[in-house]
Order: sequence, then C-alpha cells, then structure tokens
Amino acid sequence: MIRDITIGQYYPADSLIHRLDPRTKIIGTLAYLVSLFIVNNWGYIVCTAYLAALILISKVPFKFMVKGLKALLVLLILTMAINMFLTPGRILFQWKFIHITEEGLESAGLMGLRLVYLILGASLLTLTTTPNKLTDGLERLLSPLKVFKVPVHEIAMMMSIALRFIPILLDETDKIMKAQSARGADFETGGIFKRIRAMVPLFVPLFVSAFRRANDLALAMEARCYHGGENRTQMKPLRYNRRDYIAYGIMAAALALVIVLRVILHW
Amino acid sequence: MSIIKAENVHYEYLSYDDDGKPAGTTTAVNGVSLDVEPGQFIGILGHNGSGKSTFAKHLNALLMPTEGTVWVEGSDTRDESRIWDIRQTAGMVFQNPDNQIIASVVEEDVGFGPENMGVPTEEIWERVDKALEVTGMTAYREHSPNRLSGGQKQRVAIAGVLAMKPKCIVLDEPTAMLDPAGRKEVLNALKALNKEEHITLIHITHYMNELTEADRIFVMDKGKIALFGTPREVFGQVEKMRELGMDVPQVTELAYELRKEGVDIREDILTADEMVEALCRSEQKM
Repeated sequence: MIRDITIGQYYPADSLIHRLDPRTKIIGTLAYLVSLFIVNNWGYIVCTAYLAALILISKVPFKFMVKGLKALLVLLILTMAINMFLTPGRILFQWKFIHITEEGLESAGLMGLRLVYLILGASLLTLTTTPNKLTDGLERLLSPLKVFKVPVHEIAMMMSIALRFIPILLDETDKIMKAQSARGADFETGGIFKRIRAMVPLFVPLFVSAFRRANDLALAMEARCYHGGENRTQMKPLRYNRRDYIAYGIMAAALALVIVLRVILHW
Repeated sequence: MSIIKAENVHYEYLSYDDDGKPAGTTTAVNGVSLDVEPGQFIGILGHNGSGKSTFAKHLNALLMPTEGTVWVEGSDTRDESRIWDIRQTAGMVFQNPDNQIIASVVEEDVGFGPENMGVPTEEIWERVDKALEVTGMTAYREHSPNRLSGGQKQRVAIAGVLAMKPKCIVLDEPTAMLDPAGRKEVLNALKALNKEEHITLIHITHYMNELTEADRIFVMDKGKIALFGTPREVFGQVEKMRELGMDVPQVTELAYELRKEGVDIREDILTADEMVEALCRSEQKM
C-alpha cells in the first residue's frame, strides 16, 4: 500500500545514538564529513574504527545501512571510473585509448571509500533521528539566522507540515489514479514518455485538492491561535543532557586526532 | 452573562464570473441573532448552502460580520487586541479531520494550541494528558494520525481544542465525513464534554439524531434562522421542517404519520423509548 511508505528511513530502536539530542547528531555528522575530507591514507583506519563503533552503538542492522548505498551505486561507480581512467601517472595497463595508472587506481579506491563512508555516516543520522526531531534540531541550529531576517521558524513549520501531508497526498494520488483508471486512463503500458504524459492529468485534481487542504489547514491553525513563532512555547523543548556533552567531547577528540594525523604527521 | 451573543449578523461576499470580474454580492448570512448561555448544548441545523458554516466561522473571529456584531464573553470579535482571547474561549473543530491535524504525532498535535498560547512546558503536558484522557485517546498518544480512523482523528482534533481550555467549542459538521461508528464515538465524547466538563457546545450538523439531547436548536435556511426552540418544539413541526428541506428523526416522523392515520399519539416524540411508552398508553385507551 502506498500509505506504508515511510518518509526518511527512520529505524526505531532504543540506543544511545537514538537518544542523543538531534542538534548533537547534526553537528556530529558535519564534523564527521569534514574529517572524511581531511584524512588521507592511514587516517582511514581512524575513520573506519569511528564509523564501525557508531554503527555498533546505534543498533541499526548493517543490512539497513547498505540499502542506502544501493540507491547511490551508479554515482559511486561513475566517480570511481572517472578517477581510475583519467588520472595521469605511471601506466599499469593499456588497451587502445584506455589506460589505467597506478595513481588512478589509488585515487579511485580512496574516493570510493570516501563516498561510501560519507553515505553511511549521513544515513546513520536519518536512521536514528525521526524527521520531526531533525526539523526541530535544524530550527534550533539555524535560529541565529533570524538576525538576518531568515524565517527559520516558518521554514521548520513548513517542513513538518510537509512531512505530515506527504502520506495523505500520496493516498490521494492513489485514489485519483484509480478513479481515472476506472474511466479508461492507462498508467501502466507504453514507454517512459507515454507514461509520464499519462500522469499529467493527475496533477490538476491533485493541485486543486492540495490547495483546498492548505486553505482548511490555515484556518484550523488560526483557530488554534497560531500566529508565527513569536511568544510560542514548546511542548518538547530540546535540552542537552550529559550524554550530549560527552558526545561532543568524543567528536572534538576524533576531529583533533584526524587533523593531527594529517597536518603534523603527514600520514 | 451569555457566552456568545450575535446580533443581526450579516455576511456578504463578492462573487466573480468566469472572467474574474465581480458579478455581484452573495449574502451568506442574512440577519442572524442568537444568545447562548454558558454550559448549554446548542444545535444548528441546515442543509448545504444555508449559511450555517459561514455563521460558525464568525463565532471565533475567523470571519467578521459585514453588518451586526458578535460578542464572545463580552468581547466584540472586531476588537483586534482580543482576538487570541476570543479564539481561546471559543475553540473550533472542523469537518475534515485530516485537514486540521498539524503534527505527525497525536500528543504533539494536542499540544499545538497551548504552544501557540505560550503556555509553559510543564503545563502543556498536564493539559495534553487531561485532554487525551477526556477524549479517550490516551492509548494512541504516540501514534501517527495517519493510522487512526476518522472518528479517532476527530477526537484528536477535539482534544487539541480542549487543551486550550476553551469555555465553548464550535463544531462545524464534525461528523459529516465519518461512518456511523465514528459518528457515535465523536458524539459520545462531545456529550461527556458538555455534561462533565460543562463546556458550552455549538454543534452544527445535518444529522437530526445528533441533536435530540440539545438544549436548543436553530434551523437555518437561506442565511436566516427559520425555526428555533427545544428539540421537541422544532421536530414536532414536521411539515414546516419538510418545507425547509429537512427531515426529522425517524421516530418523530413515524409519530406524525401515525397521527395522520388517526392514532392518538403525541407529536413530539424523539426517542424509541418514548415511542414505545406512547404506543402502550394509546393501546390501553383503545
């Protein structure tokens, strides 16, 4: 059923990582991504250990993590191929115009590894954090931007409403498709262009209904005293716990280690 | 003091033709006056286009009357500085349960109103707990609204209004999109609110059966109040109701038909139990 699609890919479990404050996790992910681009050669051992430890603590089965990789397989292969064939250097193998160099092989391997680690790290964030908490965390982290008149609260509110309505609109699409199929519309056969063209008549009723819903929702929000982010309190305010401070400490240490390895030891 | 008072309320809006030019004004509400005492259960009946929903939106300042005045607890709804107090005093539940739930977790949705009002965090939790308990939705507090039935969603919407501690709740056809089981669920929750929490209810519907226990009923037609009184007074006038395009509860209609056939029976029977009693009595007389 179309209704069963989960948004994001949250994996419910009770782990230390799940319980961390979303802000800690977002910043941690950023720090991790930065460190991935700092490390070279031996630094990868640190990253591997770090990532493996996080995955173990998060209690998310490795199978789930790999699923995220599959979607980006094409990108991964493409990046590796470009690195492999286009890096100049000592030639190992040559066939007509194709030549593979030692340097190319090395950089393809490292780039592939870097990408895989990047995807695994980022999906660990979405796997252990519900979309709502992610939005809350982003709202709080971006709130300094309010000084520059960025409507942070409004953006976060829009994101959470979108999350709430995606399943409803998917359901509605399903209904409209069935109603049109019943009157002879054909969504199943033909080439990709024919199928895309068959989808066009879906959009008109879908948009009309989305606007009607938006109107109703705005009225309902106003009736419940919604007037933007001013003077608003929160039912579930984000609060840092001891575990968050510890996590920040570990993150800083790991980042420092990676920098020391690269800059001072030139590994 | 009456909790809601409307005096000679008119509401007009411009209608447009196909080219987007104003084609004339439509009068949706045409001189409605009513007065609601605290703790009452008021019903507003009317068929589609009778102006009942438009009128309802005046009761918590979502719409302003073109002419006439609405007071909520003594505050004129035109008074901008009182608008949040008015909306807090007179909460509103709408027809489509999907389009009024904002959060993706039940308890967070119930907390939405108090959050907007600036209630401190601990008190929000107390209010949410209470509202969920009164509407019988405590077991579903961590569920996603998408997985609830229509009746349950509507109870969440009612809990959301309840958490704002309103004195009065205006319900704009809350049962119109529900199946009979869901309708019953919502109705029982509403009755509990009125009887146990002493919250004034203004229930707008086109199902007569939902209003047999109301204190007063107003029947609207073409933007006006065509008929009003207690359920007995209103439903007793079967012919007048038919003229307005409304049905009366089945039992009342049966009583009316029986009377026409010469059975000596009261005209204003509202429930099956009353009917049984009345029939037995007329049996004895015969």
